[in-house]
Amino acid sequence: MRRPDGGIRAAYRDFWKRIEEVPREQLLLKQAEADALFRRVGITFLVYGEGGSTERLIPFDIVPRILDASEWKVIEEGCIQRVKALNAFLHDIYHDQEILRAGVVPKEMVYRNPAYRPEMQGVDLARRVYSHVSGIDIVRIGPADFYVLEDNLRTPSGVSYVLENREVMMRLFPEAFARQRVAPVGNYPERLLHNLRAVSPGDVSEPTVVLLTPGRYNSAYFEHLFLAEQMGIELVEGRDLFVRDGRVWMRTTEGPVRVDVIYRRIDDDFMDPLAFRADSMLGVPGILSVVRAGRVTLANGFGAGVADDKAMYSFVPEIIRFYLGEKPVLNNVQTWRLGEPEARAYVLERLHELVVKEVHGSGGYGMLVGPAATKAEREAYRRRVLKDPGNFIAQPTLALSTCPTFSKAGIAPRHVDLRPYVLSGETTSVIPGGLTRVALRAGSLVVNSSQGGGVKDTWVLER
Amino acid sequence: MLSRTAQNLFWLSRYIERAENTARLLDVTYRMSLLPSAASQQDQQWGPLLAIGSAAAEFGARYGEAGGESVIEYMGFDPANPSSILACVAAARENARAERSAISTEMWEALNATHLELQSKKYRDFAKDGVRGFFDWVKERSHLFRGVTFGTMYRDDAFHFIRLGTFLERGDNTARILDIKYHQLLPQGRRNGEAVDYFQWGALLRSVSAFRAYRQAYRDTVDPQKIAELLILDADMPRSLLYCFEEVVNVLATLCGARPRECLRLAGEIHASLKFGRIDRIVAGGLHDFLNGFLVRSNGLAVQIQRDFMMSLQFE
Repeated sequence: MRRPDGGIRAAYRDFWKRIEEVPREQLLLKQAEADALFRRVGITFLVYGEGGSTERLIPFDIVPRILDASEWKVIEEGCIQRVKALNAFLHDIYHDQEILRAGVVPKEMVYRNPAYRPEMQGVDLARRVYSHVSGIDIVRIGPADFYVLEDNLRTPSGVSYVLENREVMMRLFPEAFARQRVAPVGNYPERLLHNLRAVSPGDVSEPTVVLLTPGRYNSAYFEHLFLAEQMGIELVEGRDLFVRDGRVWMRTTEGPVRVDVIYRRIDDDFMDPLAFRADSMLGVPGILSVVRAGRVTLANGFGAGVADDKAMYSFVPEIIRFYLGEKPVLNNVQTWRLGEPEARAYVLERLHELVVKEVHGSGGYGMLVGPAATKAEREAYRRRVLKDPGNFIAQPTLALSTCPTFSKAGIAPRHVDLRPYVLSGETTSVIPGGLTRVALRAGSLVVNSSQGGGVKDTWVLER
Repeated sequence: MLSRTAQNLFWLSRYIERAENTARLLDVTYRMSLLPSAASQQDQQWGPLLAIGSAAAEFGARYGEAGGESVIEYMGFDPANPSSILACVAAARENARAERSAISTEMWEALNATHLELQSKKYRDFAKDGVRGFFDWVKERSHLFRGVTFGTMYRDDAFHFIRLGTFLERGDNTARILDIKYHQLLPQGRRNGEAVDYFQWGALLRSVSAFRAYRQAYRDTVDPQKIAELLILDADMPRSLLYCFEEVVNVLATLCGARPRECLRLAGEIHASLKFGRIDRIVAGGLHDFLNGFLVRSNGLAVQIQRDFMMSLQFE
């Protein structure tokens, strides 16, 4: 929130002035009201979890994260640039592989990648889009210094919080929205549907779009239900779909109905037991053959994951230059690939100051935060790295920006990151804002909800 | 609408209706067992209930002799018995959970609260206050769910499948209650018109909320044949077989729209036999055979409904 010189950033001035005037008791009431609103929306959410599931409400913080128009412009441009380049990269990888032939990305980075799908080689996707919904995780280091931590091109979740958070904030602080022009986010489902319809197979004029969920025991089921309802499309499970005569159909009371676009929230591995994991009960047998024939569109497409693991991440600036001929707008965090001997030697010397992550890990699991770890933990981790060094990368610990956050002791700074959602289809666009995740423990850098993180509403102020 | 959704909703309302009717059947049996004439024949009172769903063998193996307490335990609270009230409510709630987006919030809340309360209470708590209080509670919760469905649910296909399940199950259940009790109260060889036990027949009427209706329809003392007529052929009696099939035919006609299907024809056939049936003929031909035939045909209809709406593998 503050500038390096300690002053309040312009975007926060209005909200900060108001919130400073509000007595603590009243803020407590607001926070309690927010919790109650979420519980009401989330009642379904909690009941789903009953019976040993891990689901629960994610803590919500009533102080918004605020970005002004010029700050947002950088993020928006950077995200669009990145996703365009990554989609071009994926198309290239699954077609002519010019980037491999040019030696910009080493071949083994692709062929040894478990997310690479040789079955998709030579398959043309509608509008050449592989990642229709992308989540780009961003942190801020300095006033205009935004770094990408991670690209999520498979089935990024969390967008329902963006919409719910805004709903709750507009009920709690209507006067703030009246005074400031906060860019709206509520049309996200509309834009998503528009994009999904725009990537339907070529021979279809009125496409049927469905959302495919693993089912009600999935931790993001609430979001699947929410998005399907908002878009007015069927929420289906694998067993509701079948393949016949080269098409995908859904079983309805009116007989089989052809399905053209599937917004799927199931990982590649589980999508087709005939092609991938044979033990999957979640997918649709034979669907890969229909995808290959171009008669159904999956969003996101098979094999998009080859571009988003933590090792490929380090090549993204090169990828942007290669396909777009542009300078990357957003910075990449310096990354050492521990499969490379020099990098490995350098990193193992400095475990106490670096962050080490698994290439395919997510959710903050299986990572080592050097400065916060004990000597024993670092030693144990060193042994893990040496067993399979290619599976690890290291990065410097970043001085993440902080945002005022309501805690028991009052309003105090906490570290935050930001995940804007990028939609690709007819065009590539970003909803203004995104999911701000906040590390609720003082000093903590881990914002994942599975590790004690919470969420905030993100405001982008219009000019 | 997805076939899975149709199936879940169809069975959701069947489970609830079954729970209610099981409570009704246990209630009437319990009342009858309290009457002095029945004191010596406990077995004959409770045993036939187990014939429903052919549960006698399984019951015998686990509970031994059929008595009031054990049968109520088995049909009310045994989670291992898929037709027990407890199991029916749990199954209904599980279906509702899967179809949260197809039903109203109030419907889900009513069902969820019923389930949670049933899970938290023990048979003995209810027994302390008298089991009849429990039966009344089950009926009330079923009424609540139906009322909430009527008052809050959008009139789409989801609503129609819920109605379909309710009336198909209710017709089936009324036929079973009548079959069991009629033949208990009117053993073979005893001719119609002999003095009958007012209290016993009154209890049967009350179990299907038909006591007042009987008085209004016939203005007569209780007569077994008239009771059978009321519960089978009366178009205004909401638990009669004819009433249930009026609803079933209407709902199916709506669901089929311009495309008539086999299930609608089957339902029409059953409906016609009820609408144009005569009670003296039915009784002369044997009431038990008639009701049994009805149950077989009603079950055949349910299978056809599944085939027409819920299996949709066949292209037209």
